[in-house]
Amino acid sequence: MNIAKAPQLIRTTGLGSCVGVVLFDERKQISGMAHVMLPNSELTRVKPINKAKYADTAIPLLLENLIKWGAGAHEVKAKIAGGSQMFQFAGGNEMMRVGPRNVEAVKKELDRLHIRLVAEDTGGNKGRTIEFNPQTAELSIKTIDMGIYVI
Amino acid sequence: MNFEQNFTSFHLDILKEVGNIGAGNAATAMSQLLNKPIEMKVPSVKIVNFEEITELVGGPETVVSSVFLRIEGDAPGSMFFMLPVKQAKRLSRDLIGEELAARSEHAFSELAISALQEAGNIIAGSYLSSLADFTKLNVEPSPPALSIDMAGAILSFGLLELSRAGDHAIVINTTFIDQSEHLAHEIQGYFFLLPDPDSFKKIFQALGVPLDE
Repeated sequence: MNIAKAPQLIRTTGLGSCVGVVLFDERKQISGMAHVMLPNSELTRVKPINKAKYADTAIPLLLENLIKWGAGAHEVKAKIAGGSQMFQFAGGNEMMRVGPRNVEAVKKELDRLHIRLVAEDTGGNKGRTIEFNPQTAELSIKTIDMGIYVI
Repeated sequence: MNFEQNFTSFHLDILKEVGNIGAGNAATAMSQLLNKPIEMKVPSVKIVNFEEITELVGGPETVVSSVFLRIEGDAPGSMFFMLPVKQAKRLSRDLIGEELAARSEHAFSELAISALQEAGNIIAGSYLSSLADFTKLNVEPSPPALSIDMAGAILSFGLLELSRAGDHAIVINTTFIDQSEHLAHEIQGYFFLLPDPDSFKKIFQALGVPLDE
């Protein structure tokens, strides 16, 4: 989990079933990124939990940090990317569907915190590297087949 | 499970031996498949955090062809057989011939993909069956799945079970080398064996060296 102010960029590489969640205050040009691996902290088997990994703990923590850095609580918006299903199996158990489940859990949490989701590039079966520029609020996404595009 | 506290170097050496036997059989299978000598390096066993694991294949954005198998049975876990994309191209050419394999830089023909999938299945299957013989554990592979994409995106999927129990993985990693080619053309493949947290206890117990708790 990282915070960046313009002109810094914030980036995470090789997202598969994980979801990159960017929260940002466009006016103040502050942003933060969380790397959500699993939908729910109840899935953990150890204490203390690593809050940065779960949708239901990482997003509130990121919001809190962003506000500490000076973001306006009601100004914060979100862009998300990731949540692929990297491997296709016949049948397949619930764990195989973790990408889509992560996306659902992230959206639910954003909703609960009244954070508006302004753009997303989720699902599919491709890995993504993402980079956010707090100055322009653009999230650029790179995949191996489609090159770089911006949301 | 806290790997660093519970594991001695002795335990890591045993895992290395497991990797050695598995990969030795897999190398033989690969060599029969390609009809040329394939050698393997001595496996390495490392306790790594999740960020470090992709460094083993050249970083999270390195494009690899990866066969993934879920290990089911007594000691569940995940297994990957990875080839850098250039080497996957070579392998698919070796298997089905130049014209059928060719398409664009990253894209593989349908036939090349199923050839890679099947090769991965044979190689990983022989690794796993020697693991089963050695430990006398009942372990079976799920049907294989293939993905050609960024190493980070692929490996993180195999870390899901482990990530529920911590932020580290024990990686048993073996590298293959195709000795019949010039050094610059060698096929280098990577095996990743990622047992689930509870499986370590079972593997060590089966081998007669239980973990101290």
